[in-house]
Amino acid sequence: MSRVSRSQPPGRSGAAAGGTPAAGAPVVSLHSVRKAYRAGGSAERVALGEVTFDVGRGEFVCVVGPSGAGKTTLLRCMAGLAAPTSGEARFEGAPLRRVPDQVGVVFQDYSRSLYPWLTVSRNVALPLKVRGVDRAARAARIEEVLRSVSLADVGRQYPWQLSGGMQQRVAIARALACHPELLLMDEPFASVDAQTRFELEDLILALREEFSVTVVFVTHDIDEAIYLADRIVVLSASPGTVTEIVDVALPRPRDQITSKGDERFARHREHIMSLVMSRSAAARAARRD
Amino acid sequence: MIMRQWLARPARALTGLWLFAVLAAAWWVTSAGSTSPFFPPLETILRRLYQLWFAGSAKQQLASSLAHFALGYAIAAVAGIGIGALLWSLRRVREATSPFVYFLYVLPTPVLVPAIMTIFGIGFAMKVVIIAFAAVWPTLLNTLDGMNGVDPVKLDSARVLGLSGPAMVRSVVLPAAGPQIVAGLRNSLQVSIILMVVSEIVASTGGIGYFILTAQQNFSFVDMWTGIIVLALIGTVLNLAFVLAEHWVLHWHYGARATEGKR
Repeated sequence: MSRVSRSQPPGRSGAAAGGTPAAGAPVVSLHSVRKAYRAGGSAERVALGEVTFDVGRGEFVCVVGPSGAGKTTLLRCMAGLAAPTSGEARFEGAPLRRVPDQVGVVFQDYSRSLYPWLTVSRNVALPLKVRGVDRAARAARIEEVLRSVSLADVGRQYPWQLSGGMQQRVAIARALACHPELLLMDEPFASVDAQTRFELEDLILALREEFSVTVVFVTHDIDEAIYLADRIVVLSASPGTVTEIVDVALPRPRDQITSKGDERFARHREHIMSLVMSRSAAARAARRD
Repeated sequence: MIMRQWLARPARALTGLWLFAVLAAAWWVTSAGSTSPFFPPLETILRRLYQLWFAGSAKQQLASSLAHFALGYAIAAVAGIGIGALLWSLRRVREATSPFVYFLYVLPTPVLVPAIMTIFGIGFAMKVVIIAFAAVWPTLLNTLDGMNGVDPVKLDSARVLGLSGPAMVRSVVLPAAGPQIVAGLRNSLQVSIILMVVSEIVASTGGIGYFILTAQQNFSFVDMWTGIIVLALIGTVLNLAFVLAEHWVLHWHYGARATEGKR
């Protein structure tokens, strides 16, 4: 299933509840996942149409689509935060009933997801404490992940004392603290300036190698999706369904200047842009009728 | 650094003392040489205050009042936060009890005093019960309200980090609702002081409320005024202590708000 072969470091797999997944089994598997709010009632609103795709181990998958396509809903279903109305979401083969221990999530708005009453270190320590990691191991892990996101010196500060980009780095460090199998990111760089955004994109590519983590990254920015992803799931306008899954043919390691200057980048961009634009135009026309 | 931050606000509040000083001086000047038994000179009152409350034995009245207050307020605070958190966790129970809670909340506690006296007599327990019963509501309702208002992203984050049940309440819900809970605790403090005095005026053989009432009934107006001033001083000290504690506990909240303003 996995389209990108990447060797796994020892001791990283097999921690999943329900037994060791077979090699090559998808980390996430969505089968006809559909989500409606107030389902069955007259005010039913379908947030997500039927969505089916798999994410293989070690893959970097981006989800793009026009606003209102249900990208966040899709991510919540993959995280186990929301139950699909119909269809099934599986994590390492087991149906999702709650948020699995091996999943980390980075939300869009760091000012809402970080806890302002805890210092940076304590924010990162929280998931470790929950999992019963002892004090010394906790301190070591906090230092490790904060260094990985280049924030070695801010542990004793509070998140609100940092810039937006730094706060999102803290959120990323917190999500990686327990060395998750899967990292889910919901438009994580939408609230930072362009320069910081490029830095964070490169950071996440580096972290993906360092922690050999599978990443599903939701964004409305097509350039960002092409730059980061192995595959791009293009969603249609509301209610979102999968329009196409695009394999990104760009070599790694990627680089902001050469990768984005590559002619394949331009071709992908034109293709995905036309998918998103024509679909949303069609949806608008449909709504007018 | 943080120490200085949470001391800065109370320090600023102290600069508001000038108005207090002006009014006290005006009282002193206008009451000097007064022969009215109802409005004795401030100088006389202060001398008597020192005799009674510092040199004399009236401070024993204070000890029993403050003991009632401290225990009643502590019970109200713990019960208010505890029951509030419990009701927040149990949605069904909350919905079932909500009308009843508001029914009790709008009931003025002083009208319950005769009933509480019947059950608990006129001793220590009665006063503590009156104070606790009246003071629990602001904290309870603010806790419930604050917890209902916690940002859903904070709760989602907590679930993603692996928190649930009591650990989630303790680590995320309680601190997130902290500012509102503290506002409730502050209201409860005021109510506790009021009910401390009311319970002593209604039925008591001691305490500062009893002291003020008997002084008035014995036409000892100077003594009555000393009691009122002492009560005002106690209220001020308690409030100041509360503000200090608040700024220590919620220093993150004020810090975050201050940086938000700068951006």
